[in-house]
Amino acid sequence: MNAPNAQRSMVEAVKVRKRFGRTEVLKGISLEVRPSEVMCLLGPSGSGKSTFLRCINHLERIDGGELWVDGELVGYREHGDKIYELRESEIARKRAEIGMVFQRFNLFPHLTAIENIALAPVRVRQTARDQAKDHARTLLAQVGLADRGDAYPAQLSGGQQQRVAIARALAMKPKLMLFDEPTSALDPELVGDVLAVMRKLAADGMTMIVVTHEIGFAREVADSLVFMDDGVVVESGAPAEVLDAPRHERTKAFLSKVL
Amino acid sequence: MLTGVAMAMGVVLGVVLATMWLSPNPLVSGASWFYIWLFRGTPILVQILFWFYLAALYPHVSIGVPFGGPELFGGASKDLIPPVVAAIFGLGFNEGAYMAEIVRAGINSVDEGQEEAAKALGFSRIQTMRRIVLPQAMRVIIPPTGNETISMLKTSSLVSVIAYAELLYSAQIIFSRNYKTIELLVVASIWYLAFTTILTIGQYYLERYFARGSSRTPPPSRIEYVVRNVFKLRSPREEGGMLPETPHAPGEPGR
Repeated sequence: MNAPNAQRSMVEAVKVRKRFGRTEVLKGISLEVRPSEVMCLLGPSGSGKSTFLRCINHLERIDGGELWVDGELVGYREHGDKIYELRESEIARKRAEIGMVFQRFNLFPHLTAIENIALAPVRVRQTARDQAKDHARTLLAQVGLADRGDAYPAQLSGGQQQRVAIARALAMKPKLMLFDEPTSALDPELVGDVLAVMRKLAADGMTMIVVTHEIGFAREVADSLVFMDDGVVVESGAPAEVLDAPRHERTKAFLSKVL
Repeated sequence: MLTGVAMAMGVVLGVVLATMWLSPNPLVSGASWFYIWLFRGTPILVQILFWFYLAALYPHVSIGVPFGGPELFGGASKDLIPPVVAAIFGLGFNEGAYMAEIVRAGINSVDEGQEEAAKALGFSRIQTMRRIVLPQAMRVIIPPTGNETISMLKTSSLVSVIAYAELLYSAQIIFSRNYKTIELLVVASIWYLAFTTILTIGQYYLERYFARGSSRTPPPSRIEYVVRNVFKLRSPREEGGMLPETPHAPGEPGR
């Protein structure tokens, strides 16, 4: 069993299925993300975008199909002809290579911004504490928050918190970044700062999968765009194609509401 | 002393049991459930007496290879479980069951997103618990733990039944000699109150420590008011001005 383009693609999904109880949330998702590609997932809520994103770092276990990240099966190991489920520690190690940014930031409220960023490198990667904190300061500067290192999350605005969360994910030097509606919980005037950081990341060549409702961002930054509805990929292609000349009725209906 | 040791045992047991309870492994969580069922469901007095009289049931206990193998470690039960150990076991194992539920409530109070974020960063289950969930759960865990500690301080008087010389038992010995029953009970109560006060102050500072980073810092309490005024007598008006809502504590000069 080999992934068709295992060497060339960063993420490869082949007919991925996922069910919660009786409802099937993902009904066979197939897509491919190449290294340094930025893919935006669009779609109405409940279409399975977030669930699919969470399958990629095994926060959710898939019930069918295959999911490959950087040439390796997610959550499983091949041995001869059989596949085995990975142990918890192995899953954790793989997760550490994939950064994730959440809609509700999920910063650790009992730690300062610097501590939030440096914690995983110190505890998971056994980086020296001073080195991790230095790196954390550099990352904070990159997201435009050099002077807020000692602030607790509650003392930061939503946009600042989300930028710290991005820095926290970057501290693990991930090969892939997943964004789950990173700007949906933000006041409109704070969205711009977060998108600017993401734009810079994309320009630096980070592979990114972004679940978003920011059509403008998708049009400008994404290399490819996937429209999902009801657990299936309805339409995908270059952003201009999908946004300006949607071929499917459902895509048209959705876009007419959000544009 | 007895309270401290039994409580420490209870807290450690509680954290372990609560973590076990929430484990995905049904065997592990089942063991935790059974422990809590057993130790919370039987009277603490029975448990204290159980450990004390274990010596009568099994005069000799040992750890060794079963079925005639060599004995590695053993001795007479009454030596291995003197009254103080029976008292600590009785109180500590019982407290563990109660603390487990308090800790579990604390863990459940932490937003699920926290665990998820930690997982996504590559933390193991234990690390997530230790570094992310428990420090946040402490805010919810501490007040009922303070309750438990104070309750334990007084429950520890139960061990007088196994002739362990704690405060109430000592008082009983004295008033059985000199018949000053009420006086000695009052003396014992004053001691209990004194210890309780110290514990309450300790709880306040612990709470404040674990509230760091929270937007809702605990409001200045009576204790803080007293402490501030005792240690900063120089500017009482300024301190009073900062805490307009706080009623003045007994013993403080009225406004």
